Amino acid sequence: MKREVPLAITFITGVLLVVAFFVPHPPLGDLQQRFQIWYSIVAGFTFLLGLDSLVKHHLKKIQHRRSGWGFSVALLISFFTTLILGFYSWFVFSSPYDLRAPFQWLYTSVILPLQATMFALLAFFIASAAYRAFRARNLAASLLLVSAGIVMLGRVPIGKAIWSGLPVISDWIMNYPQMAAKRGILMGTYLGAIAMSLRIILGMERTYLT
Amino acid sequence: MLWVIIIGLLPPGGVKAFDTPSDGGGSVTIRWELSPSETLSQFLGYRILRGESEAGPFEEVGYVIKGRGEYQDRSTEDGKSYYYLVVGVAVGDSVASSVVGPVISSAQWFNANRLNVLIFTFLISLFVLLYIRRAKRERLFIRKIPGLDAIEDAVGRSTEMGRPILYSFGLGLLSDVVTIASLSILSRVAKKAAEYGTRLIVPNYDPLVMTAAQETVKQAFTEAGRPDLYNEGDITFLTQDQFGYAAGVDGIIVREKPGTCFWQGYFFAESLILAETGHSVGAIQIAGTIAVTQLPFFIAACDYVLIGEEMYAASAYLRPEPQMVGSLKGEDIAKALIMALIIFSALWGTVGVLLNQWMGSSTLLDAFHSFVNWFTVGE
Repeated sequence: MKREVPLAITFITGVLLVVAFFVPHPPLGDLQQRFQIWYSIVAGFTFLLGLDSLVKHHLKKIQHRRSGWGFSVALLISFFTTLILGFYSWFVFSSPYDLRAPFQWLYTSVILPLQATMFALLAFFIASAAYRAFRARNLAASLLLVSAGIVMLGRVPIGKAIWSGLPVISDWIMNYPQMAAKRGILMGTYLGAIAMSLRIILGMERTYLT
Repeated sequence: MLWVIIIGLLPPGGVKAFDTPSDGGGSVTIRWELSPSETLSQFLGYRILRGESEAGPFEEVGYVIKGRGEYQDRSTEDGKSYYYLVVGVAVGDSVASSVVGPVISSAQWFNANRLNVLIFTFLISLFVLLYIRRAKRERLFIRKIPGLDAIEDAVGRSTEMGRPILYSFGLGLLSDVVTIASLSILSRVAKKAAEYGTRLIVPNYDPLVMTAAQETVKQAFTEAGRPDLYNEGDITFLTQDQFGYAAGVDGIIVREKPGTCFWQGYFFAESLILAETGHSVGAIQIAGTIAVTQLPFFIAACDYVLIGEEMYAASAYLRPEPQMVGSLKGEDIAKALIMALIIFSALWGTVGVLLNQWMGSSTLLDAFHSFVNWFTVGE
């Protein structure tokens, strides 16, 4: 029963949603949106699970003085400060995102710059990954190096200043070989998703039931 | 304004109102031929008026700017009769079309716009089911997937180095099919880790995925006969902030220095930040994603990459039961059909264009356009 009931629920829900995709008539027409709302409600409650996991994990780390426990202290202080400021802003200003709210200040002055900093790191990582990827070790790597060079130069004004043909070749590479490969991968991915969904609906794929 | 008054505005002609096809009801479509007065600079657009009797009264239900000859009234009550008229509006003047109706909106039982999707879904499902049946009778060939074959070596390497294994689902949710596919890879990784007695760390972006990952790892450790090695504290929730998650995982990588990193799931801009940090600590990295935009980053930074459909094939590859292998072969046949269709369409279109240029016959080209358009409808 422990396996059969979830498999039956998966089968019925899967078949209903597939049918609903083709039948606009009520009550099937908006079934997908309704299920999505149910999922959002359930997912909202699972935040408590996440919260429990996060706090318990770091409290244990501090309690046993495991290596890096200082980071756990910083995390818990930041977490509870954000939570308290969020609730305070909600009660006092009706919304945590009110321009006068301390939570809004925390968001714009701390969270946003931290997110931007992480995103900015990408520029350095692109440089280091490109350095390794573009080494001309064999024919395929050399082709990659040449085409990447053309595309990069063709996308900036200096490329056109060097030779007016560079943007044209760059566009050709992006519109034909690149697009063909991308579409090939996408088609395979979509077909894979259909076959996988069929396996899930028919109960062949049961990994999620462990 | 003087010009408009002198010649008079001409109303939109051929007004038609009909129940919107292939919808869930509550909608009427109104179509008209553009007013000849649209050429005047003073002409602004069309007001759509609705009434419940032919004599009125009429109230405005919508407005469209000039150049457009269709409007959908999505505020109708199914089963009720409505009458419509379209009013051409110019600066300081307006002119109404004749009243059309009655029209009654209703819900349809089949969305004809999705017939193409239905046919292809049916065909692909048929191929999959036929090949599942065939796979039960004979052994079918699956090509090697190096990324999946490398799992054992990667886990072994971590064990030899005395370092943990890190596994990430990226930003995927449990409702994403790719996350389900990733769970079967995690199951294999966890089983190997348990056999070798290696620590497995799984930081999560989604609490639901975390719960599924905990159960998967727990079951794999139990099946491997090492339930004592399972540590729930190694499979934790980090945050649902994209770059917060990236920072958290990077921190774990730098502190724990894993010997192997698995990036299996749905990734966005954080993919390279994670993979390059993994590379910086000398970890062997096996990535897999269906996010086409992130694949180049993984290919540049990782040792092995599962590209798109290879991720979905993982469960069948790792558990080669007839029904799993059969579904993969069915997928291949569908792919072959699509490739044949693309080649056939390319030839058809080319011959159509050549015939149109050389002999002035557009029949083949028109048929080709209708064929291609049939695929583009679907929403």
